[in-house]
Amino acid sequence: MTATGIGAPVKRREDQRFITGNGRYTDDINRPGQTYAVFVRSPHAHAKIKSIDTSQAKASPGCVAVLTGKELAADKVGGLICGWMILNKDGTPMKAGAHPALAVDTVRYVGDHVAVVIGETLVEAKDAAEKVVVNYEVLPAVTDLGSAQAPGQPQIHPEAPGNTVYNWHLGDKSAVDAAFASAAHVTKINLVNNRLVPNAIEPRAAIGEYDAGQDQLTLYTTSQNPHVARLVLSAFIGLAPEHKLRVIAPDVGGGFGSKIFIYAEETVCLWAARKVKRPVKWTCERTEAFLCDAHGRDHLTTAELAMDASGKILALRAKTKANLGAYLSTFASSVPTYLYAPLLSGQYNIPSIYCEVDGVYTTTAPVDAYRGAGRPEATFVVERLVEVAAREMGKDPAEFRRINFITSFPHATPVIMTYDTGDYAACLDKALELIDYKGLPARKAESARKGLKRGLGFSAYIEACGIAPSQAVGSLGAGVGLWESAEVRVNPTGSVEVLTGSHSHGQGHETTFAQLVSQRLGVPIETVSIVHGDTDKVQFGMGTYGSRSGAVGMSAIFNAIDKVIVKAKKVAGFVLEVPEDTVDFKDGIFSSTATNKTLTFPEVALQAYIAHKFTGAQLEPGLKEGAFYDPTNFTFPSGVHVCELEVDPATGTTRIDRWVAVDDFGNLINPMIVEGQVHGGIAQGVGQALLEGAVYDKSGQLLTASYMDYCMPRASDLPSYKIEMASTPCPSNPLGVKGCGEAGAIAAPAAVMNAITDALGHEEIDMPATPQAVWRAAQKAPRRMVAE
Amino acid sequence: MFSIFKKSAAPDAKASAPQDPGAPITTVTVTVNGRTVTAEVDPRMLLSQFLRDSLQLTGTHVGCDTSQCGACVVHLDGRAVKSCTTLTLACDGGSVTTIEGLSQDGTLHPMQEAFRNNHGLQCGFCTPGMIMSAVDIVNRKGNTLDEATVRAELEGNICRCTGYHNIVAAVREGAANMTGVKQAAE
Repeated sequence: MTATGIGAPVKRREDQRFITGNGRYTDDINRPGQTYAVFVRSPHAHAKIKSIDTSQAKASPGCVAVLTGKELAADKVGGLICGWMILNKDGTPMKAGAHPALAVDTVRYVGDHVAVVIGETLVEAKDAAEKVVVNYEVLPAVTDLGSAQAPGQPQIHPEAPGNTVYNWHLGDKSAVDAAFASAAHVTKINLVNNRLVPNAIEPRAAIGEYDAGQDQLTLYTTSQNPHVARLVLSAFIGLAPEHKLRVIAPDVGGGFGSKIFIYAEETVCLWAARKVKRPVKWTCERTEAFLCDAHGRDHLTTAELAMDASGKILALRAKTKANLGAYLSTFASSVPTYLYAPLLSGQYNIPSIYCEVDGVYTTTAPVDAYRGAGRPEATFVVERLVEVAAREMGKDPAEFRRINFITSFPHATPVIMTYDTGDYAACLDKALELIDYKGLPARKAESARKGLKRGLGFSAYIEACGIAPSQAVGSLGAGVGLWESAEVRVNPTGSVEVLTGSHSHGQGHETTFAQLVSQRLGVPIETVSIVHGDTDKVQFGMGTYGSRSGAVGMSAIFNAIDKVIVKAKKVAGFVLEVPEDTVDFKDGIFSSTATNKTLTFPEVALQAYIAHKFTGAQLEPGLKEGAFYDPTNFTFPSGVHVCELEVDPATGTTRIDRWVAVDDFGNLINPMIVEGQVHGGIAQGVGQALLEGAVYDKSGQLLTASYMDYCMPRASDLPSYKIEMASTPCPSNPLGVKGCGEAGAIAAPAAVMNAITDALGHEEIDMPATPQAVWRAAQKAPRRMVAE
Repeated sequence: MFSIFKKSAAPDAKASAPQDPGAPITTVTVTVNGRTVTAEVDPRMLLSQFLRDSLQLTGTHVGCDTSQCGACVVHLDGRAVKSCTTLTLACDGGSVTTIEGLSQDGTLHPMQEAFRNNHGLQCGFCTPGMIMSAVDIVNRKGNTLDEATVRAELEGNICRCTGYHNIVAAVREGAANMTGVKQAAE
């Protein structure tokens, strides 16, 4: 390992600009002649638009234009799309309603887009927006997921009777039913996976710009995947041909999934820029973000686990209702189906699994991928089930897990996935040691002396990352392939530019990707630059989500580097005047057994470009290679997180005392960055378990629409974390990496809730376990009489 | 000393005119990062808008509009304030330090260095406010900070990426390294 190579905790190269205030986020960009967009949003959860009077707004000082859904439709701008087709149990396609970027005749959630007002200044646009008069006929709202499909409920989209988008299933129902019939013990739980708002601290923003001379549209936007945005805006929404549309995603201040999607505001800014012939800028305010960014989670699940008398798991059965909100966001349909049910085997050898999912419309903000996307929901189901089953059967929860762990690989689960590698018991053993599991009874007794209830909870998670083999996801309904691209451009002086289809919005690609290049080409890391986020600079790529940039994005770079080395060896052969197949390349030096002479990488780069040592018939000049890498399998990061906490039954407050994580991400490129990803993921998971929850009232008003109402995790809510790494290298990609971006968020909620229910002595509490919820739960007598 | 008059600086004169014809234009003089600026501002203009839009000091970020997230923290007369809820007019005669003014003579401030050294940032959006708050914590609480103090004092700064673990380490290290360091001009 070199100081800047693979495996080194290299300090981040991007930090210099961020710590000095020189980052360049979308809202930092201003274009000449720029105007400002403000959206008129529905104050009602469900209503018919009877009329829109824009006359006063248009007369307002500084108003440039007021545009509505009618103009959008007249310009034949297509609706927003959902890119994953889910089939019902009976094989028929899911039933989705239209999703116009500006509502035409109906609004379906508070915040739905009714009109855009464009002003010379932001305040003028805001003032004018106040003057748009919309006459609504208010319709009843549907906000309760549990009853949204009931007969007599208001219909949100005529295309989807009973507000049901799909009724999907996975697994062998008859095998599962048979296993349950023969079980010695059945554990059954009802779970709420609370609705979350992603809340990247940088709000979304967009600037649409039209260059009439070139007939070119440009969109600056807060995107995790600018090429996918361009493809959708071009091929489906129809704003411009792909080659006439440039999408730039500069520094992006966190995404967590919420910046994958193609939203109404970006679409409208781009469309409006051509109409008003000036740049149109929109910057989301925090309350708008609460109302309109795609939310996450929001499941109601009944789950059952069947065991034999020894505690061996026989089968798992789950029925889930997934709230999809008022419209289908870009990947909404896939999250509670193919990103969820295939993970229901967890780390366990479960012979048969059956899962049924209803995707349900409600008059709430669209719900889509949020850090983990389906996999946290699956882990919560599995790990709560396993914990409760162990308690009910009087078994130690760690040992109950251990006897059910998968121990041989590859392992085909009954729900599509084939796990490639892992060592679950090793992670568990290490976690037990780090948390001092043996000392738990003494610590519980000590807490009890202070009038506190101490609890410990495990979460042995698995995730499917490195998303994903294109053919596999295509067969499951994905509208896109999920490979990644890279181009490695070596300059004549030997410096290297890597153009990647991945996008960094906090993950540190400018450092980790450069570490790979530095190590493999033997060049100083300072001579490597990573270019991403601009469709005019970078070849088509799929972007960053699903912990895929290491496993898929870096594998593409790896393969492109292979090609560069092959070409460079040919050049070196001509320069050294030796047969190409005798040329060796190691640590940045080209050598040959046929000569004492050597060449450095920059020397070969220069020779490749001056092309004096070979003819055009012998070799093409230049040194630039590209690769498209399509993974052959998902990757399967796994690990064990343990949360130990104290609950104060008098006040309901919960204090996390210890957090141990032992994660297996395969090989690590930069352990410092990997640990940082785990920290952040845990914080979001703890936030879900203890603090966060989006709440709509019965009329469809979002009650939690600011940081004063929606409880974001603060520093004082969280502990320091003790993190160790195990490693079983991933066999399916050249770097042996698995991905680490979502693990913490996937593992943490179950660990916290298993600990709280351990402390309380019963299972009757849902997330978020706020002080009020914990206090109420603490008033109930413990159901279990656990010897302590 | 230099002056910024929005009317001449903006591409369109209309862009800086007050929206309400009856609204006053008010002149404000503020020292920002050591430079004295005189400008005519709309009375509604927030300090964050003045810094970002009028002075192009875009290192100060706006994350929540309600004084909760702290991405907008700057120092006004040596004390941390949330610029997203501070009127520019209220800063008349005052001295403002932003993240851009924290490093001196091209050398990073110890707190900036500590954030990099401890991987105390990921997306970087909350970072300027986090660093400005951290310096303020040290100014108020001294150079030796325990973990609980740092966590409590960071109540007004939200980070969604790091889980705070490394931020806490960065603030403690930065505090220790600020011993004897002359603070930014305030």
